[in-house]
Amino acid sequence: METSVLFSLRLSLQVALAATVLVMLAGIGLAYVLALKKFPGKDFLDTLLTLPLVLPPTVIGYYLIILFGRNGLLGSALYNWTGFSIMFTWYAAVLASFVVALPLMIKTTRAAIESIDKNLINASYTLGHSETATLFNIILPLAKKGIIAGTVLSFARAMGEFGATLMLAGNIPGKTDTMPLAIYTSASSGDWSKANVMVIFFTLISGSFLYIANRFSKRFV
Amino acid sequence: MLRKISLRLAVTVLALLLLCFTTMVRAEEQQEITVSAAISLKNAFEEIGKQFAAKHRGVKIYFNFGASGDLMKQIEAGAPVDIFASAAIKEMEEIKQKKLLLNDSFQRFAVNEVVLIMPLKASLSLNSFDDLKKEAVKRVAVGNPKTVPAGRYAQEILTYFKLWDTIKDKFILAENVRQVVDYVARGEVDAGIVYATDALAMAHKVQTVATAPVQSHQPVVYPLAVLKQTQNSSLAKLFIEFVASPEGKRILQQCGFNPVK
Repeated sequence: METSVLFSLRLSLQVALAATVLVMLAGIGLAYVLALKKFPGKDFLDTLLTLPLVLPPTVIGYYLIILFGRNGLLGSALYNWTGFSIMFTWYAAVLASFVVALPLMIKTTRAAIESIDKNLINASYTLGHSETATLFNIILPLAKKGIIAGTVLSFARAMGEFGATLMLAGNIPGKTDTMPLAIYTSASSGDWSKANVMVIFFTLISGSFLYIANRFSKRFV
Repeated sequence: MLRKISLRLAVTVLALLLLCFTTMVRAEEQQEITVSAAISLKNAFEEIGKQFAAKHRGVKIYFNFGASGDLMKQIEAGAPVDIFASAAIKEMEEIKQKKLLLNDSFQRFAVNEVVLIMPLKASLSLNSFDDLKKEAVKRVAVGNPKTVPAGRYAQEILTYFKLWDTIKDKFILAENVRQVVDYVARGEVDAGIVYATDALAMAHKVQTVATAPVQSHQPVVYPLAVLKQTQNSSLAKLFIEFVASPEGKRILQQCGFNPVK
């Protein structure tokens, strides 16, 4: 295989892996809070976190540029402080993937947590377990299937991110051209043989991920 | 009474039908052409299109702006385009060699210059192409030389100044020249290499640092041609004549293009 194809593949895996780790950390925490806590503004937070699922990736990319661009609300502070800007780096691709994959993780995990028998949780508290102990010994093990399914879905979604990545990370050969971007470039410049390889490869990878996710959780997808 | 109503009904139906027919005939009568043009021509061609449409009633012109290299690939792949305007002779020559041009001919209609730009509100001070070497300059946007003529000219210029390899790590490759302008205007990059006309169109956000010397790159000449596949060659030819007319030239000049010598 061509080195540029291999680079894109490696970059895509790297981006998806990093995004998935972040998505797991943030997603499980948020899912727990949304499933079991009551607080003002909960519906608003829920809507906000689900929004990336329905918004066009270009809209997400636009918001992220406003926030994290070199002159963005957060980006300018970061740039003035460290001289670093996330734009046009592979971190930008991670950020874009993180945002679009997060709702998938939250939805699946939240559904799994909500389906746990509340008596088990209450029993744990009655027996003197702390909230943390209950979370790690009761809730997370019982929600395992949902969490695994969410993780796999997030990974597949993160790998497939295109629109927001294009706007945020650019499409720089050898730097930020993840596989979806490389496919776009190949197809639009008439390099069909290269596009073919990548398209088949991508379909196989994403297909197997969905198959695994399906095996773990019949209630989603 | 009943007869009156049915008469009214018949008249209404007839009127509606007639209305449909007339609009359909109109739609058929309307002539249209599609122009694939280098994105650096955007402002000029949009104005030219407006003036042309004002002169020829019932004519509709669709513009497809992009990097000349991308447009060339689209045409080669069979995109239904009537006119091609490129930002470099190279892409036009390739189309010509593939026998896709009407009468195998094209004409040169405008000349441009290549400039180095930076954001209007820049904290750095840049005065020449050589300043791109400075350590404070972290990111330089150029078009991807593979498909963007402006990127190819940039590569020639930076090679001329013996900078291409030195500052390679600073490059942010863009998909067309307007993207380079946009990156600079937004301050995402410290500098960019674009056409003088692009800098002019964005003068409220970018400033020109230096103009590339003539000998540092191939002359930036814009060729224009009707494609062989056109369904409306007479209208396409009219459009090309209009671009070359005094009025077309005036618009091009207003946008900062130079006439062909």
